[in-house]
Amino acid sequence: MAKASLSVNEVRDMMLAAADQIIASEPILTDADRALGDGDHGVGMERGMTAVKEALAGKDFPSAGKVFVGVGTAMMSSMGGASGAIFGILFRSGGKAVGDATEFTAAHLATLLREGTDQVMTKGAKPGDKTMVDALDPAAQKAGEVAGLPIDEALVAVAAAAAAGREASKDMIATMGRAKTLGENSLGKPDAGAVSVSIILAAMSDFVAGL
Amino acid sequence: MKKLINNPLKCADELVEGLVEAYNGECRHVGARSIVKNDIPEGKVALLIGGGSGHEPIYHGLVGRNLADGAACGDIFAAPPPNIVLEATEAVNRGKGVLYLYGNYAGDVLNFDLGAELASDDDIEVRTVLIWDDVCSAPPTQKHNRRGIAGLVPIVKLAGAASQKVSTLEELEALAKKAVLQTRSVGVSMSPGSIPATGKPTFDIDEDKIGLGMGIHGEPGVGEIPMTTADELTAQMLELIIADFEKDEEVAALAPGDEILLLVNSLGATTMMELLIALRKAKAILTERGLKIYDVLIGPFVTCQEMSGISFSITRLDDELKGYWDMPCQSVCYSKMEGRNGG
Repeated sequence: MAKASLSVNEVRDMMLAAADQIIASEPILTDADRALGDGDHGVGMERGMTAVKEALAGKDFPSAGKVFVGVGTAMMSSMGGASGAIFGILFRSGGKAVGDATEFTAAHLATLLREGTDQVMTKGAKPGDKTMVDALDPAAQKAGEVAGLPIDEALVAVAAAAAAGREASKDMIATMGRAKTLGENSLGKPDAGAVSVSIILAAMSDFVAGL
Repeated sequence: MKKLINNPLKCADELVEGLVEAYNGECRHVGARSIVKNDIPEGKVALLIGGGSGHEPIYHGLVGRNLADGAACGDIFAAPPPNIVLEATEAVNRGKGVLYLYGNYAGDVLNFDLGAELASDDDIEVRTVLIWDDVCSAPPTQKHNRRGIAGLVPIVKLAGAASQKVSTLEELEALAKKAVLQTRSVGVSMSPGSIPATGKPTFDIDEDKIGLGMGIHGEPGVGEIPMTTADELTAQMLELIIADFEKDEEVAALAPGDEILLLVNSLGATTMMELLIALRKAKAILTERGLKIYDVLIGPFVTCQEMSGISFSITRLDDELKGYWDMPCQSVCYSKMEGRNGG
């Protein structure tokens, strides 16, 4: 059944579900990063999402935007590394753009992903560089296209776009971060950050589908 | 892998606690995970270093007398988050500004830049000089994209000495840039280190291969070569450094009569015996080219757990840099007397 929007508490619980899914996926993320980087992405994401759970669980937030800002702050201050800064920028700037909405709609999802992705890209990564932007940017674009749909349907489409972006990153040559020195040897493997983005959006979608 | 630790996720916090004890009163623990000198005088231009933990004795082991004033420490192999950078910045600032000096990695740049933004909200002036000495990680025309490896030890030593003498942040920034420009390194790896939290190796490499130019986290370099002898590998590595000075239009080629610092670094598991064998050959090669080795640094300075491998770094000295090199220094990572090694 279509669900038009999410309450603030549902947004919070959706992000807690995403945190649980990332923590459960630590071995997948570790292996993805070992192939291209130094193998610490899984542990970093696990640490970040553990901090997210501490920051969110049982807390009341005044708005949906504040939930996402809380996610970003927890990740930025607990993870360190490139991923901590980038996920922090993504959720903090996206959350601020969502603002004080108390009903989270597909239009808010589009705002969150577009503003967050744009701010991440100001740090240098652009589509095609084999980074998390290659999952984020297609997700943000799709979110813009489905901004008029019920939130559950929009999330299904956005998660699918992120997954497609993750798969497309296999055919890209890394030019950023530690993987850049691999050059063409980075072909055939997805970017670990793009894998994380697709897991988060899939978990958000699955959680809302189960409401 | 037998690893003498407690909670795998607490390694970075616990090692910094131990490091503070190793300094035995000279430094203190600040904020979430920073280490800062106790006796920074008012009005001093401050030098802040930092980076991921797990590479001990750097980065945080280079805090000390005539060295860095503080270090912002990340988790194992991960840059410190912005709030930790800010805490360290506030603790070292004495009103004359703070120079950030650290290895050029995407995560470090993002987090230190965010930390600098937060510091500017507190009206603390921050300048940044990135260390990019690894010649195998990008060609000379793109050297600002290179990684920072063992060359950071002489660079931080020189900048730390200068930070005692300069009166402005701009002077310290200029001196650090000069030290970076004159420093080049090449590393190789023979076997990986492991990530304490997962126990997994940081990369895979065949038993009979060497990763030439491989980074300190196992980032690939120029390629894999067959396992060889210490003498042949030393010649090949030094040739890459010498060629890079020649190809880089921003610096002069190494010429007979030039005075250099030579650093022979172990990545962790490679023994002092192996370093000494390599140093013996390096000395012969460099002397044959007419280069004068002003001072030698040898040992495990920039490591990656039980990774085996070696790196060479060369810093060319002019009179100004030599003056700063001659100053004594003391820290957990590196200590020397006044003048050349051993006085």
